[in-house]
Amino acid sequence: MLRRRLNRLCGGDEKRVDSRTIYVGHRPCPDTEAFIPSKFCDNRIVSSKYTVWNFLPKNLFEQFRRIANFYFLIIFLVQVIVDTPTSPVTSGLPLFFVITVTAIKQGYEDCLRHKADNEVNKYLVTVLEDGRSVKKESEKIKVGDVVEVVEDETFPCDLILLQSSREDGTCFVTTASLDGESNHKTHYTVPDTEKDLQALTATIECEQPQPDLYKFVGRMHIYKPEQEPAVRSLGPENLLLKGATLKNTKKIYGVAVYTGMETKMALNYQGKSQKRSAVEKSINAFLLVYLCILISKAVVCTTLKYVWQSKEGQDEPWYNQKTQKEKDTNMYLKMFTDFLSFMVLFNFIIPVSMYVTVEMQKFLGSFFITWDKDFFDPEIQEGALVNTSDLNEELGQVEYVFTDKTGTLTQNNMEFIECCIDGFQYKHRDTWSEVDGFTVTDGPVNKLQQKAGQEKEELFLRALCLCHTVQVKEAGSEEVLTDQVDGIDEMRPQLEEERGFIASSPDEIALVKGAMKYGFTFLGLESKSMKIKNRENNIEEYKLLHVLNFDPVRRRMSVIVQTKSGETLLFCKGADSSIFPRVKPEEVDRIRMHVERNATEGYRTLCVAFKQLSAEEYAVADTGLREARLALQDREEKLIAVYNQVETGMSLIGATAVEDRLQEEAAETMEALQGAGMKVWVLTGDKMETAKSTCYACRLFQRGTELLELTLRTLEDERLKREEKLRELLQEYHRKAVQDAPPVKAGVTRSWSTANQDYGFIIDGATLSIVMNPQHEVDASQYKSLFLQICQNCTAVLCCRMAPLQKAQIVKMVKTSKGSPITLSIGDGANDVSMILEAHVGIGIKGKEGRQAVRNSDYAIPKLKHLKKLLLAHGHLYYVRIAHLVQYFFYKNLCFILPQFLYQFFCGYSQQPLYDAAYLTMYNICFTSMPILAYSLLEQHISIEILLDNATLYREIANNAMLRWRPFLYWTLLGIFQGLLFFFGVRFLFSNPALQDNGQVFGNWSYGTIVFTVLVFTVTLKLALDTRHWTWINHFVIWGSLAFYVFFSFFWGGIIWPFLKQQRLYFVFANMLSSVSAWLVIIILIILSLLPEILLVVLRKPRGPHSRQMAAVTPLSYKHLKERY
Amino acid sequence: MMASSYNAKDEDGHLPGSVGSGGPGAVKSKKPDNTAFKQQRLPAWQPILTAGTVLPAFFMIGLIFIPIGIGLLVTSNNIKEFEIDYTGVDMSSPCFSCSQNYSWNSTSACTCSVPFTLDQPFESNVFMYYGLSNFYQNHRRYVKSRDDSQLNGDKSSLLNPSKECEPYRTSDKKSIAPCGAIANSLFNDTLELFYNHPNGSKITIHLEKTGIAWWTDKHVKFRNPGGNNNNLSSVFRDTSKPVNWHKPVYELDPSDPDNNGFVNEDFIVWMRTAALPTFRKLYRIIQKKKDNMTPTLPPGNYSLEVTYNYPVRSFDGRKRMILSTISWMGGKNPFLGIAYITVGSVCFFLGVVLLIIHHKYGNRNNSADIPN
Repeated sequence: MLRRRLNRLCGGDEKRVDSRTIYVGHRPCPDTEAFIPSKFCDNRIVSSKYTVWNFLPKNLFEQFRRIANFYFLIIFLVQVIVDTPTSPVTSGLPLFFVITVTAIKQGYEDCLRHKADNEVNKYLVTVLEDGRSVKKESEKIKVGDVVEVVEDETFPCDLILLQSSREDGTCFVTTASLDGESNHKTHYTVPDTEKDLQALTATIECEQPQPDLYKFVGRMHIYKPEQEPAVRSLGPENLLLKGATLKNTKKIYGVAVYTGMETKMALNYQGKSQKRSAVEKSINAFLLVYLCILISKAVVCTTLKYVWQSKEGQDEPWYNQKTQKEKDTNMYLKMFTDFLSFMVLFNFIIPVSMYVTVEMQKFLGSFFITWDKDFFDPEIQEGALVNTSDLNEELGQVEYVFTDKTGTLTQNNMEFIECCIDGFQYKHRDTWSEVDGFTVTDGPVNKLQQKAGQEKEELFLRALCLCHTVQVKEAGSEEVLTDQVDGIDEMRPQLEEERGFIASSPDEIALVKGAMKYGFTFLGLESKSMKIKNRENNIEEYKLLHVLNFDPVRRRMSVIVQTKSGETLLFCKGADSSIFPRVKPEEVDRIRMHVERNATEGYRTLCVAFKQLSAEEYAVADTGLREARLALQDREEKLIAVYNQVETGMSLIGATAVEDRLQEEAAETMEALQGAGMKVWVLTGDKMETAKSTCYACRLFQRGTELLELTLRTLEDERLKREEKLRELLQEYHRKAVQDAPPVKAGVTRSWSTANQDYGFIIDGATLSIVMNPQHEVDASQYKSLFLQICQNCTAVLCCRMAPLQKAQIVKMVKTSKGSPITLSIGDGANDVSMILEAHVGIGIKGKEGRQAVRNSDYAIPKLKHLKKLLLAHGHLYYVRIAHLVQYFFYKNLCFILPQFLYQFFCGYSQQPLYDAAYLTMYNICFTSMPILAYSLLEQHISIEILLDNATLYREIANNAMLRWRPFLYWTLLGIFQGLLFFFGVRFLFSNPALQDNGQVFGNWSYGTIVFTVLVFTVTLKLALDTRHWTWINHFVIWGSLAFYVFFSFFWGGIIWPFLKQQRLYFVFANMLSSVSAWLVIIILIILSLLPEILLVVLRKPRGPHSRQMAAVTPLSYKHLKERY
Repeated sequence: MMASSYNAKDEDGHLPGSVGSGGPGAVKSKKPDNTAFKQQRLPAWQPILTAGTVLPAFFMIGLIFIPIGIGLLVTSNNIKEFEIDYTGVDMSSPCFSCSQNYSWNSTSACTCSVPFTLDQPFESNVFMYYGLSNFYQNHRRYVKSRDDSQLNGDKSSLLNPSKECEPYRTSDKKSIAPCGAIANSLFNDTLELFYNHPNGSKITIHLEKTGIAWWTDKHVKFRNPGGNNNNLSSVFRDTSKPVNWHKPVYELDPSDPDNNGFVNEDFIVWMRTAALPTFRKLYRIIQKKKDNMTPTLPPGNYSLEVTYNYPVRSFDGRKRMILSTISWMGGKNPFLGIAYITVGSVCFFLGVVLLIIHHKYGNRNNSADIPN
């Protein structure tokens, strides 16, 4: 006890404040000062935002934080307080509607999150309590609980492994859902923990939770009666992470160290923040413009009002006296209320209904994604899923695609494709193999023909069987069965299929399985001897002497084995670049061609070499290796030196090609995305070689692509320190890719102009962290900008060995770079969650690796290939629809309110509304809302097939093309033009208000009704002109709302409404229609206001690659689409 | 290529469906319905505006609009209109003294006679308007200062008019009927027309008082309280006349009970507020002669006898009297005719220009496109 205290006091543990102490099984330790059950958070995962209690206030607060909602609230309050020309209902009702709908929607979404959380939190786990196993809900696990996990279960929290059912105190774990690595990792129990966990009394001191998955520091004090407490250090190899899955181990016990939101998995999640689409930002910008217009209108009117009133007799003529109250009001207060009244009068220019319509469009529109049967995957019996409908249009704006590799681009399913022995090609799968154009020596080889000589073949296959670190899965009965049926040929293939292998890398398994296909089966490693069964079903035994481990710098591995006959053999396999210099050059030429061809086809190639060691050579190597292993200093360097020494003068026996099967249509999808002008970055936690070959297979890198590599390997330099080398390389690449490259026109990527050199950029996680956090802060921005510029000039970028948070960092860096491009992340595992959350649009693939990605994504699709349609067709259409919707809404309200503004000049700036209150309220709600909603749901200005066939069409809407200031200005000018036309057209007509053939005159409400009728018709017909895709719904809604307007006007003016104070519109509409002049003016104004639009459409020639397709559709003809029932 | 991939997928999609329905459990597949609507494949009409479709439309518009415009212009020009300002701003004007000495309280009416000459005969019915300028009948405070339910004959509103009528709601603690600024400022000049026959006699021209208001206004919207037009003085007993009126509402036209009280047509016409500060309102109708031989108003000298009650000088207003014939399109207004002719010619002109452009430019464009 004293020692511990001393330890603490003397700073033996520097991180004392930053550490936590855990009592295993909550048992007080004999010599601790006191058992202090410290407070840790429980094991509950909370991703929801609201509870039942705080929903209403929190939600309302969040909603009114939106600038638009707040504005409408203010307008509503002004209407309630001040005497305004329009009733508060006109703006209060829509506002209430918007707020309610949004609240219901958000409440529902949060409810789903609660449900998902509950699923995780209520999952039953077994906890050891006082010697008994107790079933507990996962959320009730406390730090210090001893938890039992059985095979294929995921760990409910971060555990320190105490006991494993395996004898050697190890367990296997796959962290696929955490970092994407699907191989099995070995974790170790804490040494010297007793078999009887009940008797174990121990404390664990470890650091406070931190998000790095690969770092863990702690120590365990084990107290035994009448003994000094033993101290064991704990590292990441003892820690089992929440989210990882137990494999190949029946059962383990572990003690919980981090729980709930403090687990490394939870810390790697970022909060799900509200994503805003670029369209919404544009809306807000336009909103500000309109707000300025509105305020300036109100200011102009208020000023003019007081100027006008200053003239004698205008303010208060005898026929229009003010009330006593008005007279008493303070002048400045009156000016202020006048200003507010004008604001209220013109506030319709910023329509509440736009928000309702946009929300409805997004909500309803997203159904088309879920309904799309092209997204339906028969394998998992599911279609696409839409989690957020706010981002539909963002799908049409993507500039950068960040994709995960494992499970997204590839199926993570390695397969042995072919091998090449001594220059002859062996292809297993094909029944006949075509004559290869690249190699003359290649002959059609089907089965193992006597091309390369039996001896060489067998040597090669033995090499494949021996040179690896694969373990055979202990599925006891199978092993026995194999032995029993030994020799029965028909049975063998089935059993071989069932044989399970475990390895740190899936392609090792593929190689062993490949050898199996050719008749050499690896049976397992038993006490340092490897057993293989050869083609004659004889069992050969080799004594494993040394394993020269794989490392990314050497990029090869070797084994030294001893045959029964006493020969010592070295088998080596590795990347071509690391093998070729170490073998005889004349052997290289025969194989190089195969290797290069395979590599560009996207296969992962390995070369196999061998060497016979004489007794002396072996003795030297053996002592060298042993010495190096025992070295205390620079062990790694010494080992590598010995490895290099041993692995020389080998002879090359062949090469293998392993395919990491790509997802269906992965290459086509990537090609389409690049054709659409998107830049594809692959972010993976996987090894560089693997990732690179995938990139080749997906045609992200092409044969001619020059690779700019920025990895630890390229940073190795004797002369320079890493960072200096980094700077040098960055500058060199920058020169190559940015400065020397001919200026590329915006929007045209280089796949267009084939003359340019293509560049691919490769960076790994460690290098990236140097780029992001260099030693000198000053360099950070310089490195970053160099890095970004290089990346932006490369066709494809590959980032390998990325931690989940690094992926998000990259996304964030691109997102915040110049021009703030729209980013999209796609992934399938939990390791992709952070980047999915970070990107503007996050897409989850409903893969096999759990549902984490899907749950955190904005959209989920079953397969990668669906991304093409999602972006090129749905995204494009949604963007066009919503952009048009937004522009149209601003336009239609501008020409709605402009006449009202102009009318102020003719009514003594008295805030007299031009239109009746019913028209003011109904204009946006009923008369003009449905056609645009139908348009924004159904419009297909270019049909889906054409969009899918021509990826380049996507570029036409790139960079928010339809919501830039130019189109906005066009729409605004159109609105102003039409507003002026409506008002002054009718104004000139009313220079003689005797418009009826019985000499009777029209008043101000007739004036307003004529303007309004022209307005409704023009605005609706303008939309009709823009509609390119007339379904029956469009017809119904457009003609229907015009008919409804007429019907409503008759109805509204046909009755003396008892609840109305004034019967302003009584028979106004009917009288208007009885006047020929009114008809004539309505017709001419509608035609005149649509004229410029028609003219523009005609003059604007269809441009771009789709002009021909457009022309192919005969005008004014029904296009009958092929119905596929 | 795309089509083939679609087909392939259809097969994929069908297989599990059929298996699922036949298989045990018959799990309901989550496969989306293959309806045209859900797959966004509704049959659609896809019109594309091209020069080919628009050009004929332009010519059509031109061809239709120009004749209509000419017709409208001719009609408008055929309408006879005579306008005379009788405000009395000038010293020389006959109504000058009346306009100068005006006060609301004067009991004796000031009259003046304005002579004028018609050069052309006015055929058919002639409509007599009074016009006011710089009179803001469309001012918000003014427009809302009325109580339509009172005017519709509602008893409770009669005695307790709407707040909107302030400050013309009550006088002498009695509610005003009709209340409000509009009613209070009822135009109360009396205009009479005389024809000075060449033989020296002065013939009174009969002015029709009815038929000047909208039929629906007169018969539905405006109604005397009690629904009965007789005995109005007792109905309006507890109310007070508008402050600026000389006589109560039930004495607006004592001669005709159907034109008295709230249903008085002069009153109804006034209550329909004008759209612009310069406006005209129908005052009287001069029916055409029965015999059809002589014009309604033959050319010659006339005199307008004005009982000058209505002050407009305080707000710089003007008063006019307008005589006009009416056509099917209403009163004289050349605007529509000119507008139609202009739009028609512009369309025609544009059509021609577009035709030329299309012919020359379009062909060249096509040939340039093909090598691409």
